[in-house]
Amino acid sequence: MTLHRSIPAAFLLLATALTGLTPFALAESVTVVSWGGSYARACEKAFHEPFTAETGIEIRLEDYNGGLAQIRAQVETGNVHWDVVDMEMADAVRGCDEGLLEPLDLGALAPGADGKPAEEDFYPGSLTECGVGTLFYSTIYAYNLERFPGNRPSTIADFFDLEKFPGRRGMRRTPQVNMEFALMADGVPLDQVYAALRTQEGLDRAFRKLDTIKDHIVWWEAGAQPPQMLADGEVTMSTAYNGRIFNAQVLENQPFVIVWDGQLLDTGQLVIVAGSPNLEAARKFFSFSTTVRSLVAVGRYISYSPARQSGTALISTHLETGVDMKPHMPTTPENAARGLQYDWEWWSDHIDEMNLRFIAWLLR
Amino acid sequence: MRPAVLVLPLAAFIAVTFVAPLLVMLGRSVHDPMVADALPETLGLLRSWDGERTPPEAVFETMARELLKARREKSLGRIATRVNRVQAGLRSVLMKSVRRLRGAHPPDSWREAMIALDPKWGQTRTWHAIRRAGERFTLRHYLHALDLDQAPGGGIIRQPPDLRIYLPLLRRTLAVSLGITLLCLLLGYPIAYLIANAPPHRANLLLLLVLVPFWTSLLVRTTSWIVLLQTQGVINDLLAAVGLIADDQRISMIYNMTGTVVAMTHVLLPFMVLPLFSVMRTIPPLYMSAAASLGASFLQAFRRVYWPQTLPGVAAGSLLVFILAIGYYITPALVGGQSGQLISNMVAYHMQQSLNWGLAAALGGVLLGGVFLLYLVFNRLVGVDRMRLG
Repeated sequence: MTLHRSIPAAFLLLATALTGLTPFALAESVTVVSWGGSYARACEKAFHEPFTAETGIEIRLEDYNGGLAQIRAQVETGNVHWDVVDMEMADAVRGCDEGLLEPLDLGALAPGADGKPAEEDFYPGSLTECGVGTLFYSTIYAYNLERFPGNRPSTIADFFDLEKFPGRRGMRRTPQVNMEFALMADGVPLDQVYAALRTQEGLDRAFRKLDTIKDHIVWWEAGAQPPQMLADGEVTMSTAYNGRIFNAQVLENQPFVIVWDGQLLDTGQLVIVAGSPNLEAARKFFSFSTTVRSLVAVGRYISYSPARQSGTALISTHLETGVDMKPHMPTTPENAARGLQYDWEWWSDHIDEMNLRFIAWLLR
Repeated sequence: MRPAVLVLPLAAFIAVTFVAPLLVMLGRSVHDPMVADALPETLGLLRSWDGERTPPEAVFETMARELLKARREKSLGRIATRVNRVQAGLRSVLMKSVRRLRGAHPPDSWREAMIALDPKWGQTRTWHAIRRAGERFTLRHYLHALDLDQAPGGGIIRQPPDLRIYLPLLRRTLAVSLGITLLCLLLGYPIAYLIANAPPHRANLLLLLVLVPFWTSLLVRTTSWIVLLQTQGVINDLLAAVGLIADDQRISMIYNMTGTVVAMTHVLLPFMVLPLFSVMRTIPPLYMSAAASLGASFLQAFRRVYWPQTLPGVAAGSLLVFILAIGYYITPALVGGQSGQLISNMVAYHMQQSLNWGLAAALGGVLLGGVFLLYLVFNRLVGVDRMRLG
């Protein structure tokens, strides 16, 4: 850029900085908060870009790593700048209880692909008071095949077996999921895991199991970290969201293998933050992104399956590589059979004390 | 009179930006009216409850009514969170009961209906906890900050071992701060001596070497340590390249206590060097020569002549470094990993994550009290009036 051209540009920048208005703010926009990395990219291509093309409303995408702290801070200080958030079920239920989220407007949801009303089309339990279930995803563990060319890990117990499968483990720095994994690995049958977590003995047992690998754990926070850590060789296996590992497999040809045994299946929830500054645009985006078409479209970029029954039959191939998506979905019967449905109700009620207990354990 | 007037803007500034927030936070550590405001009638009825048997029907009925009202007003979640802080597990009792009671026909007996929903409603412990959560003024946060709790029947007990967080962290923070102070003294004393006794042009250069890091952003310095110390970092690369360590056995020097100590020592070193230097500069080199001419060995002269004269600087530097270290937050958060966290990181956790500001404030209060106490002890031992900051 030559100088005489850049001077007016500089003035424009200065002027906008002074008025506090960016040129984009003049167009209608909505701030969408999601989980970053390949998942956020999949959502962008699947329905953010089509939404902007159709309505002219700009989407400002932000990343976060779950939890309610930022939303609480925004709502309680009256300084809300997030509009729509993609969150975990437990957080959505809890946020709704605390009045942090807009109540769900059922009328805003489009009917299913077969014309069934939305209430019947969404899988039972995926509609909550403030949120809509969008996609099924699961937390699994994956390993780097190069590190275990001979004997391969195949069960959740193998994740905790440092003798058979040495090397560091990646785990998300939360008590959620890790407690369940520990109990399953310790031999608690799938249907008794949450019953065990409700008892002091069960909690102690889970922490004792985690103790056995504690010194070998590398903690992650963002969903994009585990594939990176596996690729860098920082860990030999890691818990991860299944879609992230899938994308690393098909797009980057990484030698990662997913172990479905002990997977924890959860539903992502879409919610609108209470006091959202762009409520109208947020509602439009909310309706658009919960249509069968949008949800099925995400499944063409990343291996998460739609939470609407009429969408399940529409699961097809990975758009960029043509890989059949069905065997990679967490809800595919053979994958789901070896896993557990995440008990969001229990976690939404117990996350505070579990967090403290988890921190105390980390510090020991 | 006039100079005092000139200081007024500063005094006002400090009152608004420092004293007032401090008082507000200390207030929060003992005052929380949230539950008291939301359940006034229930708490009123509980005041005349004997505390021995399950409360009467009227209490249950009022409680249900006020909880349902709180739910409509979207404050139930926050009430449940607070009750849960008094007794873990009650959040789910409250939330679950309201979820089930909402929309249902008013039962004949709220008491029986609620106990049927969760047997905890029938326990006196639950009602004691609700009564305690409803106290407007409480020392609960301070008890929690010291890993203590109120026993259901009154009296004070220690938290169960798997929930003790803060005392071990406080001990760790004290130990690490003392260690860092000592390290700074050991590393800083010779440098300060060197600068104080070098010819002026060389002294200026050396002083610049101390000041440049001092002027550099804390974040830049902390992140440079990440570049140097990480597993794939400069030092490990170097050690692996010359064959001192195997490539797959690189040393973990960061994201643990080592990282915290190294980075914090570096960050705080100037706070030790500068007071030491300013004191040493005033000690004429002739004193040491005089001691030598009277037959003292270097060590003897140092111990009996030089060292005592630098004590005001040592005291000032140590106090400065120690007090800064004890409240340090950003460096442990960035390079401390899990094992290198200090008490201030827990304050940040309760401010930003759990939003338990009362507990965060109480932890801050404990820290403030601790520093004040140490200052008194220090004053007794060394004497603050003897201290020289520069």
